[in-house]
Amino acid sequence: MKDEVTIYADLTEIFREVFGNDEMVLTPALNAKDVAGWDSFKQIEIIVSAEEKFGIKLNTKEIDSLKCVGDLAAVIGRKAA
Amino acid sequence: MMRQLRWLPIDDNFRPRLKALSEAGDDMWSQAMALANTQLDFIRTNALDAAVRTHLADTVPAKLAAKPVRLAVLGSSTLAHLHAGIRVGGLRRNMLVATYENDYGQYLQELMDTGSALHAFAPTAVLFAFDARHLTQGLHAGLQAADVDRLLDEVVARIESCWSLARTHFGCRVIQQLALDVFPPLLGGNEHRLPGSRARFIARLNERLRSLADTYGADLLALDEAVRADGLSTWHDDALWCRSKQEVAPAIAPTYGDLVARLLAAGAGRSYKCLVLDLDNTLWGGVIGDDGLNGIVLGQGSALGEGFVAVQEYAKDLARRGVILAVCSKNDEANALEPFDRHPDMVLKRSDIACFRANWDDKVANIRAIAADLNIGIDSLVFLDDNPFERNLVRERLPMVAVPEVPDDDPALVPRVLADAGYFESLGLTDEDRQRTLQYQENRARAALQASATDLEGYLRSLEMRLIWNRFDAVSQQRVVQLINKTNQFNLTTRRYTDADVAAIMADPRAFGMHMRLLDRFGDNGIIAIVIGRLGEDGALAIDTWLMSCRVLGRQVEAVTLNLVAAQAKALGATRLVGDYIPTAKNGMVRDHYKKLGFDVVCEAEDGSSRAVLDLAYFAPEETFIHVTEGETA
Repeated sequence: MKDEVTIYADLTEIFREVFGNDEMVLTPALNAKDVAGWDSFKQIEIIVSAEEKFGIKLNTKEIDSLKCVGDLAAVIGRKAA
Repeated sequence: MMRQLRWLPIDDNFRPRLKALSEAGDDMWSQAMALANTQLDFIRTNALDAAVRTHLADTVPAKLAAKPVRLAVLGSSTLAHLHAGIRVGGLRRNMLVATYENDYGQYLQELMDTGSALHAFAPTAVLFAFDARHLTQGLHAGLQAADVDRLLDEVVARIESCWSLARTHFGCRVIQQLALDVFPPLLGGNEHRLPGSRARFIARLNERLRSLADTYGADLLALDEAVRADGLSTWHDDALWCRSKQEVAPAIAPTYGDLVARLLAAGAGRSYKCLVLDLDNTLWGGVIGDDGLNGIVLGQGSALGEGFVAVQEYAKDLARRGVILAVCSKNDEANALEPFDRHPDMVLKRSDIACFRANWDDKVANIRAIAADLNIGIDSLVFLDDNPFERNLVRERLPMVAVPEVPDDDPALVPRVLADAGYFESLGLTDEDRQRTLQYQENRARAALQASATDLEGYLRSLEMRLIWNRFDAVSQQRVVQLINKTNQFNLTTRRYTDADVAAIMADPRAFGMHMRLLDRFGDNGIIAIVIGRLGEDGALAIDTWLMSCRVLGRQVEAVTLNLVAAQAKALGATRLVGDYIPTAKNGMVRDHYKKLGFDVVCEAEDGSSRAVLDLAYFAPEETFIHVTEGETA
């Protein structure tokens, strides 16, 4: 299990890089509707980056169930060693 | 995941440097180019691409390496995620690439419909990127061999008709992506015994496309080779295909883009030409000046020694196929030469090295001198050195020189890193390529003879020069395009032309393109001059392009060329020759070219450009020591 603080810190890095925005702050409820430009391509960028950063692989079911940042953090928390 | 673009240095300062682009003004493009030459993952690639596109808007940067490229990427699955990598791959090579993507699945309709957005885009190159599922439609494991063969023929014919449509409508380069073998086998190790195997079908299709591309003159994006090197899971993700119909995984897009960009660069004659080698701990282990001939590590008996042999063998094979080798080493020259002459395990000999610089000057100065000596652009050099200080110094002071990073500076890894980087990407081999090193050696022999000859006339006579000229033809086309795009100094107008442009000149009855080959008692200099002429309405033959290799300066080639141009012009019915000089940063040496040949300068503009005219009625060909013949047309 990875602790939540580290996961959010690493995810923040990823989101800032993906959206090119150094001020971006993540909350569990944040989702695609809240962020300009968060389309299906960005979604794939986020997932592939997270997979690489945390050394995990999300399956199709898990990806389909992602609705917000909190969901992503939870999956990572479960899977990352 | 494999380390992508691993030959490029890692930059910890990426985000601030990306931000700084917005304030870089005229320097934006070159700063972005420097960023593109760091190790970028796909997110950084996308970010850099977006920034450059925003800052560039519709402007075209000055001093690009080649004409801007308009590339249409056509296929039937999701390809949008690959465009940023292609454009950044271009940026990495100082090329501006605009890309176009067809509406989903509509490539054939758009190719045929002259009113389509594709036609409005007017591509200068088309990349066909068909996914494997699309190419195997109708195939299944139950089919008989004859049905599978018929299906294969149909797919090949369909692809060929796409190439023809692109050629006919756009007169442009065709690049075909070879199919990814994404299919799990059905039999296993003996899959080839199942006629209807998709995996087998893809392999056969790729082989067919290879030979078809050769006869057709299309170039290949060999993704099958990339997969062989990196593994399928690096290139393709079955789950992502289901999710987004992306056959090439987005994470590998920067590599995909670089593979495309190096083909575009090679097509424009802008691949690297020369590998500059350090010596100590690059070609052998240890320091020759300290360790001596018996102390350096090279050859069988140790893993390290074999690693250095591998470096040398790869370099030697590169030289055999036309890459120039040079040495740049901080050493006393006598020490540096000793292993070449006396070490039994040296694969490289002195004769393999076209330019040898071993001294204590800094490497930046030596690299400049190597480029000058070989008469090639500094931007065509690749510099291999185990010393990070030297690498960074060269990167900083000569950003146009490619300087590969080798993991842990392990010599065993050098050949693959050089290959992965694709510096020397080549679309084929010309005779010149095969003989290049020899040519540089012959030049040295000529210089020695010149030093011994007492007068110029005697020297020229003793060279026994023969010039063979030819109209542009299919055989020489590749070399002609190469020269048109790389010649900077002896080039009156510096107009750059693509393969398609040259083909258009060949087809134009009111124009001629000719190339000259020079031979002498020391060997074949290859094609050393090119002239393109075009007849105007008023009997004036405009010399659109006149360029010459500086290697043959001072050998009466200019006069002979003029004789030939005048004859060609007269044959077309011209009464006079009109030659323009367009100044650039590099072609000052030919400012008075036409005046020296007896033309009258009729106007000179403030920017230094000028126009000169020669009346053919009064022209008498100059006598030279060069024996001229017309070559056989292929």
